[in-house]
Amino acid sequence: MASNVHRPAHAPTEPYDVEHHVPKRVYFAVFAALICLTWVTAWVSTIDLGSLNIYVALSIAVFKASLVVLFFMHVKYGTRLTKMIVGCGLFWLAMLLFIVMADIWTRGWMGVPGR
Amino acid sequence: MDSETAVVEQKPHHHPGYGETRHHFENAAQQKDASTIGMWVFLLTELMFFGGMFMAYFVYRQWYPIAFASASNKTNLWLGAFNTTVLICSSLTMALGVHAASMGKKKLLILFLFLTLVLGGAFLGVKGYEYHDKWVHHEVPGAHFDCEDCKDAAHAPLFFSLYFGMTGLHASHMIIGFGILLVLIWQAYKGKFTSKWYTPIEMFGLYWHFVDIVWIFLFPLLYLIDRSGRGLH
Repeated sequence: MASNVHRPAHAPTEPYDVEHHVPKRVYFAVFAALICLTWVTAWVSTIDLGSLNIYVALSIAVFKASLVVLFFMHVKYGTRLTKMIVGCGLFWLAMLLFIVMADIWTRGWMGVPGR
Repeated sequence: MDSETAVVEQKPHHHPGYGETRHHFENAAQQKDASTIGMWVFLLTELMFFGGMFMAYFVYRQWYPIAFASASNKTNLWLGAFNTTVLICSSLTMALGVHAASMGKKKLLILFLFLTLVLGGAFLGVKGYEYHDKWVHHEVPGAHFDCEDCKDAAHAPLFFSLYFGMTGLHASHMIIGFGILLVLIWQAYKGKFTSKWYTPIEMFGLYWHFVDIVWIFLFPLLYLIDRSGRGLH
């Protein structure tokens, strides 16, 4: 009984001694996907897609990075707090990129000199 | 009564040894959760560190698309793709190393850490060759920069500055990782890690995969701009 008194309220409900072992075949499947996508992105860059090239390249990179984060870095199997922290970081990075680029993309609209 | 007895039995200034659960944690799993969160917070500071350089890259690429496309075609597509493959292989061996550690397989852990070290070294070797190639061809920004067939040559140094800045910051992370790997291999050899406690292996795995992710973005952004040559004619 006494030990329950000291248990913190934020302690996860699942038993602590449960270890998550990600099956090795998951690692090999992710690895195969990453290698294939590397050569796909190299090949597709040689095709003229106009302004779409960079979006295709970035989409493939984001997908590859997601595979690494979710499976190699175990975030898929992580605690909700870990997922929230990762999400916060990505949100912060998105703020940096999109707020600055919103300025860069739209400066020409008003004909402001000196861009 | 039980708790009082425990206090008496414990040494008055007992400091937990390597890998033992510290007194301020409920148990080993909570300690590991704290390590994981701490490592992720560190990686987010790294994300913003690299993020600033990516930000600069996107701004200048938006302003000088011809210079960036032309200068990007100076990089070696095959070496870039090969190095990306090498780095992804090293991420696989790292993930398998963490897996071996969690199973308590010491020899397998050392093998996978060693393979990760070798692949990381191979990546740095190829990177060094590429840097040398750039140096020989006067593509390093500065007094000796000379890119005669670059389009918009006045702004070509911007691309190469970002190329060396971003790949250099990435390579410095690889070199630091290389050093940490040597320590981890030594510790694994000494039997510091068990299936119950291998937190440094797992945390280093997070770092190594993060560095891999940075390269996953650097490869298309630096090597693959306008490879069809559309904007260069």
